[in-house]
Amino acid sequence: MMISDGIEDEEKWLAEGIAGIQHNAFYLHRALDSNNLREVLKYSAQLLSELRTSKLSPHKYYELYMRVFDELRRLEMFFKDEDRHGCPVVDLYELVQHAGNILPRLYLLCTVGSVYIKSKEAPAKDVLKDLVEMCHAVQHPIRGLFLRSYLTQISRDKLPDIASDYEGEGDTFMDAVEFVLQNFAEMNKLWVRMQHQGPMREKEKLDKERNELRDLVGKNLHVLSQIEGVDLEIYRDIILPRVLEQVVNCKDELAQYYLMDCIIQVFPDEYHLQTLETLLGACPQLQSAVDIKTVLSGLMERLSNYAASSPEVLPEFLQVEAFTKLSNAIGKVIEAQVDMPVVGAISLYVSLLTFTLHVHPDRLDYVDQVLGACVRKLSGKAKLEDSRVTKQVVALLSAPLEKYDDVVTALTLSNYPRVMDHLDAATNKIMAMVIIQSIMRNSTSVSTSDKVEVLFELIKGLIKDMDGTSTDDLDEEDFKEEQNSVARLMHMVYNDDPEEMLTIINTVWKHIMAGGPKRLPFTVPPLVFSALKLVRKLLGQDGDVAGEEAPANPKKIFQLLNQIIEALSIVPSPELALRLYLQCAEAANDCDLEPVAYEFFTQAFVLYEEEVADSRAQVTAIHLIIGTLQRMNVFGVENRDTLTHKATGCGAYHASLIPMGLNRRSTLRLMRVGEGKLIRVLLCLKRSLRIANAAQQMVNVTRGSSGPVTLFVEILNKYLYFFEKGSPQITTAAIQGLVELIKTEMQSDSTTSNPSSDAFFASTLRYIQFQKQKGGAMGEKYDPIKL
Amino acid sequence: MNFIIGAFKPACHISVSFSDGKSRKQVPLKKENGQTLMVPLFQSQENILGKISIEPVSGKKVEHNGIKVELLGQIEMYFDKGNFYDFTSLVRELDVPGELYERKTYPFEFSTVEMPYETYNGINVRLRYVLKVTINRGYAGSIVEYQDFVVWNYTPPPAINNSIKMEVGIEDCLHIEFEYNKSKYHLKDVIIGKIYFLLVRIKLKNMDLEIRRRESTGSGVNTHVETETLAKYELMDGAPVRGESIPIRLFLSPYELTPTYQNINNKFSVKYYLNLVLVDEEDRRYFKQQEITMFRLAETS
Repeated sequence: MMISDGIEDEEKWLAEGIAGIQHNAFYLHRALDSNNLREVLKYSAQLLSELRTSKLSPHKYYELYMRVFDELRRLEMFFKDEDRHGCPVVDLYELVQHAGNILPRLYLLCTVGSVYIKSKEAPAKDVLKDLVEMCHAVQHPIRGLFLRSYLTQISRDKLPDIASDYEGEGDTFMDAVEFVLQNFAEMNKLWVRMQHQGPMREKEKLDKERNELRDLVGKNLHVLSQIEGVDLEIYRDIILPRVLEQVVNCKDELAQYYLMDCIIQVFPDEYHLQTLETLLGACPQLQSAVDIKTVLSGLMERLSNYAASSPEVLPEFLQVEAFTKLSNAIGKVIEAQVDMPVVGAISLYVSLLTFTLHVHPDRLDYVDQVLGACVRKLSGKAKLEDSRVTKQVVALLSAPLEKYDDVVTALTLSNYPRVMDHLDAATNKIMAMVIIQSIMRNSTSVSTSDKVEVLFELIKGLIKDMDGTSTDDLDEEDFKEEQNSVARLMHMVYNDDPEEMLTIINTVWKHIMAGGPKRLPFTVPPLVFSALKLVRKLLGQDGDVAGEEAPANPKKIFQLLNQIIEALSIVPSPELALRLYLQCAEAANDCDLEPVAYEFFTQAFVLYEEEVADSRAQVTAIHLIIGTLQRMNVFGVENRDTLTHKATGCGAYHASLIPMGLNRRSTLRLMRVGEGKLIRVLLCLKRSLRIANAAQQMVNVTRGSSGPVTLFVEILNKYLYFFEKGSPQITTAAIQGLVELIKTEMQSDSTTSNPSSDAFFASTLRYIQFQKQKGGAMGEKYDPIKL
Repeated sequence: MNFIIGAFKPACHISVSFSDGKSRKQVPLKKENGQTLMVPLFQSQENILGKISIEPVSGKKVEHNGIKVELLGQIEMYFDKGNFYDFTSLVRELDVPGELYERKTYPFEFSTVEMPYETYNGINVRLRYVLKVTINRGYAGSIVEYQDFVVWNYTPPPAINNSIKMEVGIEDCLHIEFEYNKSKYHLKDVIIGKIYFLLVRIKLKNMDLEIRRRESTGSGVNTHVETETLAKYELMDGAPVRGESIPIRLFLSPYELTPTYQNINNKFSVKYYLNLVLVDEEDRRYFKQQEITMFRLAETS
């Protein structure tokens, strides 16, 4: 109720003020029209008296001021024309000072003063000095600010600047500088004092109102920057120290923040660069509540842009040691402002980092220095919870990545991982992803174990559980995405030198081994293949590849691989481990390392027998084992026997457990293992037959299908294959026997006729017939078989 | 009615003219009836000479027992109105007793007249100079005509004119130091100065400089003092803080001031004061009054 009344009252007072102005303006115009100086002075003073009100907020007061301002323009026109009032301007200058009230008097004085300067009857500097001194009389903040703002306004085009109309005869631009500086200082005092007007509970409102008036004060700095005569020297020796003196001494956070920003925005960048020490020196002296980080960030941003604008300016930066100065200043500010939140400090470092990346892209030590300062600031603090801080830290860490397009550069920064340590787990992961993506995007190769060490230290959030966090509550998709990224990263880790590469692999392994059951299935395979790739590379080289002396020899690598895969199998992820064992076995085969290959196979079998539980998985596993075994040629008789036996045993073991349609093919494939060396083929085939019989019996019990006949025919075909290859164990008698067996089976009552198996058998017989008739060696071989 | 008015009509016109009337400076003089008329301006030691012409109305004969002109310097106290104290009285006989039939002109001359005091119109006292022409007619009643003139006396600039500088205050509340550039000002002078705030613990609203005139009449127990504020000139708007210095520049020309009069013929004195008034937000007034000496400086133009 009170508030609404207040607003209504203010509207009323404003309306009254406007009415007062209009009333007096009417008589003023009449007096102007009749060139009656006495009346003009009388009514203009009355009109100006409306500005004496204390009842309006700055906003409303401004409205009133603007109306008065318009009238004062007319008045100035009148004063300018001596023919109209017949009073020399110097007399006019005295005459207006007869006004009894100070505010109208000073507005009139400024207005005549403007005419006085223009007339050049007195040196501009004297008039300006007088005006700026006389304005001291208005100590009321709002009224004073507007009055002095009027002074700024009317004097702007009359400053005795270089090459202006008002220069010369002892008037120099220095007088203009002096004048503006003085007016600025006074305006700032008034502005600062505004906060003491009214009760403390209205502080917020007052601050808002003050903020509305800040540009009146800042305008002076703008005017200073426009004075032609001002060069770096004047700025450095006079303007900046004087302005900063005001800024520091006013001890007002609002003003300090605004003015610092204003200085930075208004004056040229090269000035800032050359006066960095002075400008920065003021920062720690500011009130602790001043948002100095925004100010400094603004400065660094401007300097960064300046540096980017032209390469020619870069030497300037070096010459003034801009980085060191900024860095020191930031340190001091953070020290001085004990209450500054961490986010503030970090964002300052972000700005400094951006600056140095722009200005000194070659100085990695600078970057590291900034990060180091950050670490110091963060040290002793718990993990960052504040999302704003986190955001800043991410920005800090991302900046070098973006700049260098090359994570390897970041990897040389010793403080980089230390900063990352302060991130919470989630953010740490995000950052790690950013790093990986950066590597992928730029196809950066990470080629030394040291770098790999650092890199994996950086992304450790992805490769193992961090303290106090678990993977349980993670989004499955995200997790996969992350782990796939890590997997992809492994391929970027590469060195042509085998020795170094092995070290790299060792390093990677050291890092990923703690990844746990969820991660290892993603991370182990790429590492294994990476190692195998190295093995193959060694193979491709001349000389004694398997030499025990070489630091990186296949044997060593295989030892490592064994460990790696073992870890995976313990996790447990037996199927994957099994596949990898087989891959290794194959590689060992290529290296002619029989015991190694044998060891891998053994491991695979152990897994198969003890860990692979699902029957389908078992089948797949045995297929893989057999497939691999088939390609092996390193094994001696004994080892081969053992392994084949084991494999066929496995197949047999299956046969009794799983549906036949699946297992018979496993068995058949097994037979091919013996190919070339013709070992245990017969045994296999016999075993096959026995199994086939068992199968038949089982089928008879369960389905009564024609399955066994088909199986027999398939076995017959295999017999023929080995027969043609000249396997001594496959005799014509054996073939003959099998053919008879099939015929018998087909005629038995218990077997329902099956067209497909009939056709299969018929075509097999046709093939035998064909071979018999073909003649030659093959014909002779087939000859004994009677159909 | 016409008859009655006609009966009181003066029997003749008397007019006084000064021989340098055309070139002599005329200044405004406020009469008792409130009207302002322009009268010649003299200063002490000047010769006052001119002509007095007497013209009987429409051919009537005027009998008289002699004609004289007096130069009077008079002080009139308003509590004793109509009772003039003549501090200067000079007489020139113009004609011996006789008759006037027609217009007759008499020259007169008062040489190097001592007129030590200035014309003054105050609140309780008036000092005037007048030429009084008397046609003495015995029982018929004398015919009297007055011609006012003004006397101003100029003073050379004082050899010593110190500034006024003073520190005043209320303990732990308000301490100021003010300075006026002189202690003696001429009537068209400018007061230049400044007020320096050493301590401000009250919320001031504004500050004025007043010019006050203190007129004291009578003497001893009958002394009567009347103070008048002639100028109220705002010096400052708003509340200053410690260390502020507020300029003073007050032009005296717009105000109707007189020189300081010190014990004029033991009848009255006129003194001037500068009164610095500070007003706080509760409209309490704090002031410091300081006497200044006013003097009339010969105008060069």
